[in-house]
Amino acid sequence: MKAFDFERAATIDAAIRSASEPGAAYHAGGTNLLDLMKVGVRTPEKLVDITQIEALKSVSIEADGSLRIGALVRNSDLARHADIARSYPAVAEALLSGASAQLRNAATVGGNLMQQTRCAYFYDPNSACNLHQAGQGCDALEGENSKHAVLGWTRACIATHPSDFCVPLAAMGASVEAVGPGGTRTITLDELYTLPGEDSPPGTSLAQGDLITAVILPAHAKTFAGHARYIKLRDRTSYAFAIVSAAAMLDIGDGRIKDARIALGGVAAKPWRSRKAETLLNGAEATDAAFRKAADAALADASPSGDNDYKIELARRILVRALKAAAAGTPPVMPALPGSVFQPEGETSR
Amino acid sequence: MALRISLTINGTPHPVELEDARPTLLDVLRERIGLTGTKKGCDRGQCGACTVLIDGRRMNSCLALAASLDGASITTIEGLADGETLHPVQAAFIENDGFQCGYCTPGQIMSAVGLLAEAGGELSAERIREGMSGNLCRCGAYAGIQDAVLDAQTRLAKGGKS
Repeated sequence: MKAFDFERAATIDAAIRSASEPGAAYHAGGTNLLDLMKVGVRTPEKLVDITQIEALKSVSIEADGSLRIGALVRNSDLARHADIARSYPAVAEALLSGASAQLRNAATVGGNLMQQTRCAYFYDPNSACNLHQAGQGCDALEGENSKHAVLGWTRACIATHPSDFCVPLAAMGASVEAVGPGGTRTITLDELYTLPGEDSPPGTSLAQGDLITAVILPAHAKTFAGHARYIKLRDRTSYAFAIVSAAAMLDIGDGRIKDARIALGGVAAKPWRSRKAETLLNGAEATDAAFRKAADAALADASPSGDNDYKIELARRILVRALKAAAAGTPPVMPALPGSVFQPEGETSR
Repeated sequence: MALRISLTINGTPHPVELEDARPTLLDVLRERIGLTGTKKGCDRGQCGACTVLIDGRRMNSCLALAASLDGASITTIEGLADGETLHPVQAAFIENDGFQCGYCTPGQIMSAVGLLAEAGGELSAERIREGMSGNLCRCGAYAGIQDAVLDAQTRLAKGGKS
């Protein structure tokens, strides 16, 4: 690992001052950044450690009923938080379907949003990758690309965003509070991520020194609490990134869908909300046919970026599965295998 | 850039001077403190062999920057037993053949201790398998590991002695 300076920031203001210098990066849980530094893909000159900033560690209900989650809240604490379990169960299920218990105990909310793709070519400093430096090209295009993007990709980058947590956040229209040298701003999760352009890699709309301070879940999304699921398909039952995943949240009354929220994971450089699919479901009966129609709409613009045609149909089926599961109702207790399509018999309760 | 930190490891305070911020907690434990029970497997957060408790929570020590942990309380496999009396989870691993070569075992045991502390109630075998999925065992001793954690859960419920 390349040597770096290390500074502990006591306050948000001090952190931003310190991290506004070129070459500086924030350090919180470290579960992704340290891994990338070990392989030499990330070589910050300075780490600004924010783990002691108490102001970033709380979860609170705001005056408008929204839930404000501090950026340093650990993934495991958030998944077990009473307000998340009660009001935003798909968020808890997504969090618990991700990584391992050890990683969830270390990883933070802000870090989850800022984690990098697990594209093997990005992880290899010797491969051409526009995420290493724009203009390098993309070795994934002609390489092992069976897990890569089917939506929103260009020949500049076919990587996917790896987060589970961000998928239900995208579906419900969560927002992100960021503080930087220019002040505080609140943007939607959708505005946080930028898709690849013809010659540019994907990224975020944050500038050097900007610090995510909180994620805000809208009050309105509580109406989906009774019908909210996150379903994730992976190579092994646990502790693996999604090949494809889907968050489905429904507000159902008298067999009819009043409001639907849908997002896909593992298909693009950002968590992929499909407003087209949502619109098709609003006012529709909650039937398999309606769900399939919505899934067709969600994947209408999909195209393979390599050996991954299968992901398009897989994403449709996982979305239908998530919608059916959401329509059936949020389970009274977290499934033994969160987010899994494989649920053992007799495991509906602890 | 020298850094001074203080870690409480298995109840004993250890001042540690770092030449720079690169060492992970795993490297500090093994190379500076001399506690080699915690194992380096993948060094990438993928295998769980380096699992320790940091302020009571199980984490991968290979992905924890020591410089970031000033003041933290660490429990390693060396800190579990009470003198010659094994911790109930250690005893259960021996009783149930929860290992073969033993390399992953300190991490498995620390992870099981963390899992049983996190659990809000009695865990089924399926929930134990899911909860232990961050610990790989290349010998494939998973059946014994699962039985050991189930057994440890019972031992702890009965009063915590092995």
